[in-house]
Amino acid sequence: MASESALEPFTEQYEALTGAGTLPGDALPWLKRLREEGIQRFGELGIPTPKVEVWKYTNLRALERTAFQPAAGGTATPSLDTVPSLIGEQAGHRIVFVNGRLHADLSRLDRLPDGARLTSFAKALDEDPGLLSDHVGRIAEGHDDQAMYHLNSALMQDGLVLHVRGGVKVEEPIEVVSVAAADGEPLSWHPRHLIVLDPDSEATLVENHVSLGGGATFANAVTEITVGAGARLHHYKLQDEATTAFHIHTLHGRVGENAFYDGFGLTVGGKLTRNDLHLRLEGSFSDARLNGAYLQRGKQHCDNTTLIEHCVPDTTCREVYKGALEGKGRAVFQGKLHVHPDAQRTDGHQLSQALLLSEEAEIDAKPELEIYADDVKCSHGSTAGELEKTALFYLRSRGIPYPVARRIMVESFLGGVVEEITTESLRTAFMERITNWLSQASD
Amino acid sequence: MAGASAETVEQVQEVTSQKYKYGFVTDIDMERPPKGLNEDIIRFISMKKNEPEWMLEWRLKAYRHWLTMTHPSWQKVKVPEIDFQDAYYYAAPKSDEDRPKSLDEVDPKLLETYEKLGIPLKEQEALAGVAVDAVFDSVSVATTYKKKLEEKGIIFCSISEAVQNHPELVREYLGSVVPYSDNFFATLNSAVFTDGSFVYVPKGVRCPMELSTYFRINAENTGQFERTLIIAEEGSYVSYLEGCTAPQRDENQLHAAVVELVALDDAEIKYSTVQNWYPGDEEGVGGIYNFVTKRGACRGDNSKISWTQVETGSAITWKYPSCILQGDNSVGEFYSIAITNNYQQADTGTKMIHLGKNTRSRIISKGISAGHADQTYRGLVRVSPKAENARNFTQCDSLLIGETCGAHTVPYIESRNRSAKVEHEATTSKISEDQLFYCRQRGLSEEDAVALVVNGFCREVLQQLPMEFAVEAQKLVGISLEGSVG
Amino acid sequence: MSMLEIKNLRAEIEGQEILKGLNLSIGPGEVHAIMGPNGSGKSTLAHVLTGREGYEVTGGEVLFQGRNVLEMEPEERAALGMFLAFQYPVEIPGVTMTTFLKEAVNSIRKARGEKEIDALQFTKELRERCKLLNISQDMLRRSVNTGFSGGEKKRAEVLQMAALEPKLAILDETDSGLDIDALKTVSDGVNRLRSPERSMLVITHYQRLLNYIVPDRVHVMVRGQIVKSGDKNLALQLEEQGYAEFAEEAAA
Repeated sequence: MASESALEPFTEQYEALTGAGTLPGDALPWLKRLREEGIQRFGELGIPTPKVEVWKYTNLRALERTAFQPAAGGTATPSLDTVPSLIGEQAGHRIVFVNGRLHADLSRLDRLPDGARLTSFAKALDEDPGLLSDHVGRIAEGHDDQAMYHLNSALMQDGLVLHVRGGVKVEEPIEVVSVAAADGEPLSWHPRHLIVLDPDSEATLVENHVSLGGGATFANAVTEITVGAGARLHHYKLQDEATTAFHIHTLHGRVGENAFYDGFGLTVGGKLTRNDLHLRLEGSFSDARLNGAYLQRGKQHCDNTTLIEHCVPDTTCREVYKGALEGKGRAVFQGKLHVHPDAQRTDGHQLSQALLLSEEAEIDAKPELEIYADDVKCSHGSTAGELEKTALFYLRSRGIPYPVARRIMVESFLGGVVEEITTESLRTAFMERITNWLSQASD
Repeated sequence: MAGASAETVEQVQEVTSQKYKYGFVTDIDMERPPKGLNEDIIRFISMKKNEPEWMLEWRLKAYRHWLTMTHPSWQKVKVPEIDFQDAYYYAAPKSDEDRPKSLDEVDPKLLETYEKLGIPLKEQEALAGVAVDAVFDSVSVATTYKKKLEEKGIIFCSISEAVQNHPELVREYLGSVVPYSDNFFATLNSAVFTDGSFVYVPKGVRCPMELSTYFRINAENTGQFERTLIIAEEGSYVSYLEGCTAPQRDENQLHAAVVELVALDDAEIKYSTVQNWYPGDEEGVGGIYNFVTKRGACRGDNSKISWTQVETGSAITWKYPSCILQGDNSVGEFYSIAITNNYQQADTGTKMIHLGKNTRSRIISKGISAGHADQTYRGLVRVSPKAENARNFTQCDSLLIGETCGAHTVPYIESRNRSAKVEHEATTSKISEDQLFYCRQRGLSEEDAVALVVNGFCREVLQQLPMEFAVEAQKLVGISLEGSVG
Repeated sequence: MSMLEIKNLRAEIEGQEILKGLNLSIGPGEVHAIMGPNGSGKSTLAHVLTGREGYEVTGGEVLFQGRNVLEMEPEERAALGMFLAFQYPVEIPGVTMTTFLKEAVNSIRKARGEKEIDALQFTKELRERCKLLNISQDMLRRSVNTGFSGGEKKRAEVLQMAALEPKLAILDETDSGLDIDALKTVSDGVNRLRSPERSMLVITHYQRLLNYIVPDRVHVMVRGQIVKSGDKNLALQLEEQGYAEFAEEAAA
């Protein structure tokens, strides 16, 4: 059961914000209902503990012990000079959020093609409330047991909204920079993102999560995605926050007929990162890629928990997660493929591979198959171990010093999954970040 | 109203007087105490078995702990509520008068299955519970075995006898692998276990034959709470067979056995099970609930424990034969075939806990699900920080027959040592139309074709079974899937 | 009496007619070849004859030694003595060739009301057949077709034919995917199994195979019908002229 004291700060926040009437969209009945349901369910469920099966390996006690204050809006515009762009400084579309709120001055939204709309959640509530009421809380429906999702629903204020109309293709990638900025007291926010791709449209979205300032932060994000029939979404994410950041991200996506969802997440930063990714393949011949990589050291903890549901016949998914751990770094991979009755000819494959580079690193993997249809091809694999000793020796015998040899081997190991990113420039950017991480002195 | 309350008073008096009887009178002629579970029943069981005080205390400790526990709820297995007060916890062995006099009195359906399995007539009689003296000289068979084992210093007897004759061994090892407080069903078993097997293999001895419950005279009526303890001393070897391929019926719906294995330095224990308890009918009515705790401790260096199981029976199966790999270089193995048909449910797998250096484990699991059955492989591989160079390999394959069944694979992999190598692979597939047609073109019936393909799928595990068991198990695979196609 | 008598056979897959009134008669001990272009219905014929699911017979008769087999299950036809050497032999992991063949032979014997064979004797005979057919005995211990090369698979089909001693063997594109050496071994095997009591129906796309397995009769199949029949020279004629001319004939 939920301990009262742990919930208090959040319920208090909710009461203060609703009391003051400062939550956006206060006048919208559907949103009000969503918030009320959210805070109620969160109250019932409480902050997840390892007793909850899907949180078996990730303990949020440290999060509970930190007294987070809600991040205020209207903070000064930070300088992003130290934040390298994943798409290059000059080109492309860019939208910047600071502590969960849009910073229009830092964003570059003027070059989007007609039919593509990129805005913030708060603005969209005014400009296009219909789009939000049609999707927000609807895509995620049926996941009543996710406490952090409900907390987000109660407290959400801003976030990203991308809507691409039928047949429109956004050629250049859209970079979403999320800055966690805290200097003093610990701050928290609950961003809510919505991505709607109408039939036969296409877009590439790359999330770049960074920190400025040395304070503790807690971002509890929810993303809802719908990929319409024949549409293609490339969705990449770099979690590069500081080791003072708690980062929980719940994603719910629905993929239509002949549609393609191409996801990739690289986690190098964060004190505690949890990606809760859930895709439903709802149209025949839909296809999902859900790939990722992680590098953690010190006392970093990263958890990728995924659920891919095959709801109809003839759907495909491929999922590969690879990571390397140093120091007391710890990683969790929980991946479930769920094949519904009648989802015949499902083709689903999943692989988790971890390298333990230090004595105190730990990996916990739980790859899971849940299958209720007989004509399927499903498999999963999981490995954990250290670097191949003979290969390491081979490199060293050719005169390559140990740290370099090790770096090369980890790079090539992770490169195998980074290759799955279809946009070449982004593939390079992610690979560079990996190389960079590996070149930093390990502890 | 007045009449009713008078009746109640009478009942209360009756109960109280019985309580008195069990508690204090030793010379009672009551073979079946009333239903229900309480300390007096446990005292009664202990008294009937003439157990020493420490044994009774252990049972009571378990019972008191059990009262604080709650029935587990599982993710995938649906268990109807069990009323533990509505069951008998002690039944004396059946007298010859209650038994069938010959096979003519035995359910023909049961005999048909014996026939298919190719079980010899004499054995059929024994299995069907025909009064033993009437069929074969069991005493002489037992004597031959006993003599051979005695020569080697091997103890093979019922656990009740062991409590009487080897209390020091039982006291040292009972509960040392599965503590009385382990889990709801193991704790219940610790409180009320009725009988089971005890094996002790002395230092350096290689047991000259497969030990089997089947040849142990008092294997009958071990009841629903069976308790088995096997100890292999330094450098010894024993292979133990539990159950048999023949279908087994039982009035008791709940079976909660506990098996503990202890392997000391350089010792090896091979434990094979064929479980074919009544699975219920085609509609899922009836059938045994089989909630078993099986665990082996590789306590010594270079020790080895190997579990092989063929699970085809029971309405609900819940078991995870596990290995605690404490000794350096110790080896744990788990080979499993689980078949569920109609409305059967099975949640089975293993736990391999790597504690010592260079410990190795291997898991091969083959699950076959048909009809409306649901099956889950659930397995844990844990590598502790000190388990240098630990190795695990897991292969988990599921085969689905028909569109209404389910197959699930839930491995937990926890590695905390970098020099360890843990590998897991799992696949799910079905029997292809091509395979069936190919076999039928060569003359096999559809049912035989299914049995053949499934046996091929299970081959790696069947090969682990002792020869005579393997042949019957192969036939059993086919029989278990009857009616699953066409 | 004919070994096989096909009368005006019509069959379709998913509503599309593939066999359009096919007639063929094979006498005891005769080897007939059916040649035809891709998509003419050759493999469909092999499958309809042996009772594979997914085909609907809409007309005609197939008499095997005078008995109509079209209503029979595949295994019943096998028990009567019909054997198909598959174009794509199927893998059955974990089942050794010996086990597989023993099961097959016993099933057939049981269907015929005969006693089970002695396992040791059977294994011994299998080894001898391997020797005779120039097939490595290793194959007997390996899982059926699992991990076999293309040539090995086809040789395994011939070995099975030898073990099951059918009255009619249908060879479906046995030459496909074989190099010249493998083709020779397989053909030698087939030729050894020719006998006055055994008929064969050799289905092939190329004339090449018929240099090794010399047929008594050759039939040209186009669009689900036999459009021309002749002796072995017809195959050579086909090789020179191609199927085009016959296709026109069929269309006419």
